[in-house]
Amino acid sequence: MRETFVASATDLLAEDPRTAVVLADISAALFAPAARRHPDRVLNVGIREQLMIGVAGGLALTGLRPIVHSYATFVVDRTYEQLKLDLDHQGVGAIVVSVGASYDGSAMGRTHMSPGDVALLDTLSGWTVHVPGHPDEVPGLLRAAARHDDAVYLRLSTQVNDLPLPGAGRLTVVHQGGPAAPLVVAVGPMLRPVLQAVAGLDVTVAYTHTPRPFDVAGLRELLSGEPGGTVAPAVVLVEPYLAGTSAAVVSAALADVPHRLLALGVGQADLRRYGSPADHARWHGLDPAGLRRSITAFLG
Amino acid sequence: MTISTATPSGRLLGPLLRRLEGDEKHARSAYSTLDVLWVLYDRVLRVSPETVDDPDRDRFLLSKGHGPAAYYAVLAAKGFIPETWLDDLAGPESRLGHHPDRMLVPGVEIGSGSLGHGLGLGVGTALGLRAQGLTRPRVYVLLGDAELDEGSNHEAIAYAGATQLASLTAIVIDNQSATHGWPGGIASRFAVNGWSTAEVDGRDHNALERALTAHRPGQPHAVVAVVEPKE
Repeated sequence: MRETFVASATDLLAEDPRTAVVLADISAALFAPAARRHPDRVLNVGIREQLMIGVAGGLALTGLRPIVHSYATFVVDRTYEQLKLDLDHQGVGAIVVSVGASYDGSAMGRTHMSPGDVALLDTLSGWTVHVPGHPDEVPGLLRAAARHDDAVYLRLSTQVNDLPLPGAGRLTVVHQGGPAAPLVVAVGPMLRPVLQAVAGLDVTVAYTHTPRPFDVAGLRELLSGEPGGTVAPAVVLVEPYLAGTSAAVVSAALADVPHRLLALGVGQADLRRYGSPADHARWHGLDPAGLRRSITAFLG
Repeated sequence: MTISTATPSGRLLGPLLRRLEGDEKHARSAYSTLDVLWVLYDRVLRVSPETVDDPDRDRFLLSKGHGPAAYYAVLAAKGFIPETWLDDLAGPESRLGHHPDRMLVPGVEIGSGSLGHGLGLGVGTALGLRAQGLTRPRVYVLLGDAELDEGSNHEAIAYAGATQLASLTAIVIDNQSATHGWPGGIASRFAVNGWSTAEVDGRDHNALERALTAHRPGQPHAVVAVVEPKE
């Protein structure tokens, strides 16, 4: 996804004089050709993430559309107050594009992991969050974000679904269960393990690459087909970041609908382990076998 | 009120400050930024109430957002905000609080209060103007000597110097309030990173004007305005 992002951003720089890319050394080599062509709009501030967001805020104050890019842990976790004050409080936005989602950088250890990035952005107001599940979803999301001035987070991952679903800004059914089948919502790259996990189960699987704003209307629509019997509809939320990040949004959306909710995602603990992303998926119960265990236990 | 009424700015600003702060008596040191702000708005900045949205205006960013009474008084004196706004500082309906909010006050370029945010925003503003071919505006950022404790400033100082961001001026009000001081002087932090620097009496209007307009091509400029120690 990172290469697709760099190619799209490079095209945007050439097409739209409002766009500017702000880097803190990460991916600077990939942006070198663009930097040669647009030296005033590809800005590498060095390993200075606070400044990176401050610069983005300043660029936006002059009417440009900054695209800020680094590892999630550096561009969100580390700069939280800059995001809050240099963007939100100034009344300006930026497109923040991260790599190193959750445990993508597992071999580098906890210092390069950021499972809490989306939860942190949830403490701010009005951020759109895109979590693409396939590289081919990235260009459309980046281009759409460049056309306005609001705050957008584009969370890139090395975990990838089998097929792109570029139109899935709203909940999109990818596997239809029978009447009153439980609903499993897979966000971004969780779709692939979810589909493997639920093979043979009578569930409906819906996908989105845009958890913020969450498709509240779509969720209610998907559940409205449920017969109003004695069994409350069951919803399983599977997110590739901190478990429960969207639980409050879903609960609020279903405040008047009796329901059961299981929210799966990355655990909070620092496991103090390296290994591969697949290892961490297994340890957090997000591999197909772990998901199947949790889902079948919940559905009973 | 012990602001001197012997000068034109003192005669103008004294009553405005009194409206902001009631009958509280404040030593001059409570208004460390007053003279710098006056000189900026009276003699240096190319911005007026009519041009607060003009892309070609000079930008003034108050990074040191606490104690903004002097800032509000100068904005009122220069017609950016109505004087009546000064009578209800930080009230429930007031647009003026103990830290300024750019979304509430015309002419205020940034909301500030948490220290160490203005210089980075100033660097970005200067870069954004340059990228759009707007070469005339300068960007002035006002900081305090204690504010320089925040490491974010040093990210901005190093980068602006290294990239020769010549449209940027940092002004540091030095009232010797940094807990651990700045051995070797504040100006040296800028100079070693390639900035031109000037250190002046922060109460001397003519000296301030000279220092604030002493920027040179190819370098960002820093003015250290020394005032009496904070009480």
